[in-house]
Amino acid sequence: MAKTQTLPLQQETDIVLIRQQVRKAAESIRLGIISQTKIVTAASEIARNALIYGGGGECVLEETQRNGKPAVRLLIKDNGPGIADIERAMVDGYTSGNGLGLGLSGSRRLVDEFSIDSAAGRGTAIELWKWR
Amino acid sequence: MADKIPILKMGRFLLLSIQVDMHDQLALDLQEDLTHQIVRHKAKGVLIDISALEIVDSFIGRMLSHIANVSRILDAKVIVVGMQPAVAITLVELGLSLEGIATALNTEKGMRRLESMVAEDESVGELESGENADTSASAGD
Amino acid sequence: MSSTAIAELLRNHEATLLDVWVAAQRNAGMRLDLMNESTIVTNSAELLRKLTTAAAQGMDDLDAAHWQPVKTLLEQFSFNQSRAGVSPSETATFVFSLKEPLFKLIQEHSAEPLVDIWATTQLLDKLGLYSIECFMSGRESVIREQQESMLELSTPVVELWDGILAIPLIGALDSNRTQIVMEALLEKIVETESDIAIIDITGVPTVDTMVAQHLIKTVTAAKLMGAQCIISGIRPQIAATIVHLGVELGDVITKASLADAFRVALKQQGTRFIAATSR
Repeated sequence: MAKTQTLPLQQETDIVLIRQQVRKAAESIRLGIISQTKIVTAASEIARNALIYGGGGECVLEETQRNGKPAVRLLIKDNGPGIADIERAMVDGYTSGNGLGLGLSGSRRLVDEFSIDSAAGRGTAIELWKWR
Repeated sequence: MADKIPILKMGRFLLLSIQVDMHDQLALDLQEDLTHQIVRHKAKGVLIDISALEIVDSFIGRMLSHIANVSRILDAKVIVVGMQPAVAITLVELGLSLEGIATALNTEKGMRRLESMVAEDESVGELESGENADTSASAGD
Repeated sequence: MSSTAIAELLRNHEATLLDVWVAAQRNAGMRLDLMNESTIVTNSAELLRKLTTAAAQGMDDLDAAHWQPVKTLLEQFSFNQSRAGVSPSETATFVFSLKEPLFKLIQEHSAEPLVDIWATTQLLDKLGLYSIECFMSGRESVIREQQESMLELSTPVVELWDGILAIPLIGALDSNRTQIVMEALLEKIVETESDIAIIDITGVPTVDTMVAQHLIKTVTAAKLMGAQCIISGIRPQIAATIVHLGVELGDVITKASLADAFRVALKQQGTRFIAATSR
């Protein structure tokens, strides 16, 4: 029942494609409209971060189960400089670029589970879960 | 995918309806195009219909704030109409509240609101010259 | 070896076995008012047939693909039982009552009765447990559905006036319920094109941080959509709690009573009442 696909994340238009695929996956596991919107928005935020700060990478999208509930799992990886201080990066308003600094902390509030694996010089991998 | 979002002129107002899933460059182009159109048509108001948008992320949110700020400097009012409930809930959760942007439920209400906002702006002069002492107390509103 | 032998037995004595088994089910107290005779016979015959086919291909591993038809049948059966309000033990009896007639058959015909009976009892125990598991998950889904419809029932959004909605909240608010209520409110705002919504919490005994947070988020979301919310009926204790918790109410309009809120709403709309009789 698990369905996995890997999507490229090299240019801006890839973000649109990722949004569309995440929406499809969320629809097919019959997430409610608000949950759908939340996971798609989170995917958009994280993918843009990976593209702008991480120089691009890829996005693994999976339709699966979590504790017996249908779930969508997203893994967005980049090969960029990584995040040296994750705790600081997770604070509302913190930004290393010119954004509003809501990308990471805001996205965490939109999903059911959020984990981040990164260190300076090692790239960043962010995992997002949303279940029914 | 459309490569340009059409901006319609209607009297003193500009109307635009975002119907496509915008990629970032498209949003930036729209921002720039709109600024030029406001100046060219001496527009007094801009109505942005986002009822077809399925998500508003921080990038689009920033674009809307930017448009509102630039328009304010160019003396045009901006109103955003038709945001879907799911989109609104998600934006709030994300931490964006689009401070300072006027909103309305749909295009009709938005148009009416825009007209009254512009009328209010223009009526100030008449009030001061036409009315006498008893209205001046509330003029500091 | 024993599995093929048992499959053989099942095949050769299918008709008699079915009769004895159905009789055994009736004796075990299957309630005929909840399930009619013919359904029992059809179900039993079908299970027996599928059991025979599956047993012929090995009885050790129920996860193997050839057991799937048997499991699917049990799933459907147990699910229907739980919907019909049958007890779990009655559901399990369906499988367990096959033991007696089958053991008798084995005793009469098998070369190694003890080995075969052991293998069969293990198999039927597993199938019995499986049907109870299915029964429970059927029950859980019923409970979940009821909970959801309860939530919908307990949260009516009413139209007070053209363009003015009210949602009278009654009873304890938890974070989950608040969220569902608030979503319903926002949907209704769009549907009725209402500019003003009054959230009345007169009937709410307490408010915790999460609930207060949800209320404020709703007000903010409504504002983004172009509608205004007024919160009315805040009890003194709740007001104190909100201040104590340090929840920022921002520019949310609050009114003492639903009537006050309604008056504000009408005023904002520009609606005025004129007395029918002139002075």
